[in-house]
Amino acid sequence: MAKPVVAQAGNLQVLDVSQGLRESIPVLLGVIPFGITCGIIGITTGLTHVETILMSLLVFAGASQFVAMTMLGAGIADWSIIVFTTFLINLRHFIMGASLAPYMMKLPLPFQALLSFGMVDESYALTANRIYKVGYSPYYQLSVSMSLYLTWVISTVFGVMMGGYLANCLEWGLDFAMTATFLVLLIPRLVDRISLLVCTLSGIIAVLAALYLPGKWYIIVACLVASVIGSIMERMRGHEK
Amino acid sequence: MMLVTYIPRMLPLAVLSRINISKGVLNWLSYVPVAVLSALLAPELLLKDGQLSINLTNTYLLAAIPCFIAGIYSKSIFLTVVTGMGMVVLLNRFI
Repeated sequence: MAKPVVAQAGNLQVLDVSQGLRESIPVLLGVIPFGITCGIIGITTGLTHVETILMSLLVFAGASQFVAMTMLGAGIADWSIIVFTTFLINLRHFIMGASLAPYMMKLPLPFQALLSFGMVDESYALTANRIYKVGYSPYYQLSVSMSLYLTWVISTVFGVMMGGYLANCLEWGLDFAMTATFLVLLIPRLVDRISLLVCTLSGIIAVLAALYLPGKWYIIVACLVASVIGSIMERMRGHEK
Repeated sequence: MMLVTYIPRMLPLAVLSRINISKGVLNWLSYVPVAVLSALLAPELLLKDGQLSINLTNTYLLAAIPCFIAGIYSKSIFLTVVTGMGMVVLLNRFI
């Protein structure tokens, strides 16, 4: 009774899965170096091999893992700050999940739970694109999410193993790898004037707060103030139209 | 971390069918990633040993420029990260 409509045609499932795998390839290529970097940075910030791999295995959230590792590396002992920041960063998936919810509601609960675990920016983007073009397929979403997940975990393992050999010769440049990663994740988001304003504002507040506030609270202060101002700006602009 | 990552991904499904989130909240959430990334980046680039450092001895700030250009044109994480790291190594050697 719980089987979705797609079960009527086994061939379609296979087609959806293979299409999902095919269309994930370019995204996976981007994930591999990201995962490797994650593995290397994990061990250079003092996590053990197992801890770094477990983090990728359990958390599966690139940006959050990088942030958490930066904080651990900076000696943040307060777990509540790491957890709260992770929560803030991952709140964006709330919006993405909300937009997929109408399609996923009809699926059996364990399937929903699994797809939710694998819903990251990349799998969301591909799934949303597929909905737009052909229509929703849970098997497409599943194959995209799981190939992303496996690639993420395997490349983290690879990074952890390589890091042991590369740590010394890459030492100088490596602490900049994370900064560069944030930069490259940020660039495509600066598509309109309000995003640029939020970025500038958040940066200025963060620098000022980092100078005068203790610990890493500057991240939360800057993020909250800048994102709230951004949404107010958008609302005001909406009213003008 | 696992829980707080998983909860936002799962919660909309569990809750959204019953409750409508206000447009204002969704609006706010859409600016969170930009704000978080900027808040992380700016102090990394502009501060050095807890002091404001906007000058030519700040290798991170200098390395960020080619990095930014590489990011815009290649849109590739790997290429950008490699450019950035290479620049830092080079700059450290000469400055």
